[in-house]
Amino acid sequence: MRGYHDIGGLPLGDIDRGEHDYAMWEKRVDAMLVLLSKKGVITVDELRWGIETLGADAYEKLSYYERWIASITKALLARGVITTDELGRRMAAAGDKR
Amino acid sequence: MSARFKPGERVSVRRADPIGHVRTPHYVRGKTGEVERICGEFANPEELAFGRSGLPRRPLYRVRFRQREVWPDYRGAASDSLDVEIYEHWLEPAAKG
Amino acid sequence: MHDGHHDHEPAGKRDHDAPLTAYQRMEIAVRELLIEKRVLTADEIRHAIEAMDARSPALGARVVAHAWTDPAFKERLLGNGTAACEELGIEMGSVKLVVVENSADTHNMIVCTLCSCYPRMLLGLPPDWYKGRAYRARAVREPRQVLKEFGLALEDNINLRVHDSTADMRYMVLPARPAGTESWNEGRLAGIVSRDCMIGVAVPKVA
Repeated sequence: MRGYHDIGGLPLGDIDRGEHDYAMWEKRVDAMLVLLSKKGVITVDELRWGIETLGADAYEKLSYYERWIASITKALLARGVITTDELGRRMAAAGDKR
Repeated sequence: MSARFKPGERVSVRRADPIGHVRTPHYVRGKTGEVERICGEFANPEELAFGRSGLPRRPLYRVRFRQREVWPDYRGAASDSLDVEIYEHWLEPAAKG
Repeated sequence: MHDGHHDHEPAGKRDHDAPLTAYQRMEIAVRELLIEKRVLTADEIRHAIEAMDARSPALGARVVAHAWTDPAFKERLLGNGTAACEELGIEMGSVKLVVVENSADTHNMIVCTLCSCYPRMLLGLPPDWYKGRAYRARAVREPRQVLKEFGLALEDNINLRVHDSTADMRYMVLPARPAGTESWNEGRLAGIVSRDCMIGVAVPKVA
């Protein structure tokens, strides 16, 4: 039952030392992460578990902050802070804005 | 605080393999090291992951492992080490002998 | 119009004209819902971003430079990293900081194999490579090879200690003060302490 995140010791290749500037949406995800855990709305371990259960494919393909926003969303849904219905409607509306 | 193990004591990491949010990495399971320090008592992340309180707090240790004991093919100095934070419920006294 | 074409556009950045990704729309939707439901405010989000932007490795470098010039502070730093940083006016929140000291015979290196735990309050956001799978997997198993890739070759007689941040502690390396800096003031000393020195993949260099 080794989680796909539990990678200490695996023979994974070269370290890419490129660094990127954070986009505003990524900083906002980070801010929400910090605020939600500081306010006790969700725990950091709930968020980590959410990432550990996104699936191996998502873990590999999504960027760091894509994984975090997915996990934040899962945790908020699980706790009933938001509903799937309102999330879906808002996401569709967000696509219309710029 | 009622910590079971003391700094300097040899401890082994249990070999359990559950699904769940576990902060004991696979690479140290079944390995033996020495308690480097007691970090304090903390809520159990395995329970926090499911929105539960994780109480009562439990002791967390830093355990120092020799790299050569963790990886059979380790190619570095014999004194190279790996310090890992491990919760008390994952530790047992090192097997004698 | 944009000046040039960036051939390596990171996932997070988009042209103003490009459609939002599903995850960007998720961020907008979640944020709006949380604000409407009064779980968070827009101001709180703004302040949290400003606070994180204000943190950089310069904070950690100040701590290192002070430890190099004040032996009693250094002992306090090694005994209780959080309290010592707070002495210097650095806000540490609930972080439990462990500072590990490099010396003539010991070199320390930090990793979080399970996720990306990092002393953000002291160093700002971690570099992508620290959060990436290759470093996390290899730093515990072949640290000397990883250090060579970062340009740091350790002698065989040096004791290499790797720290995996698996639980509640956060780590910072206190690098060894290089020779030739005896007359330097703290500001000048801080200038040679990079983020990578405090993660343990580099050592300070006297230019």
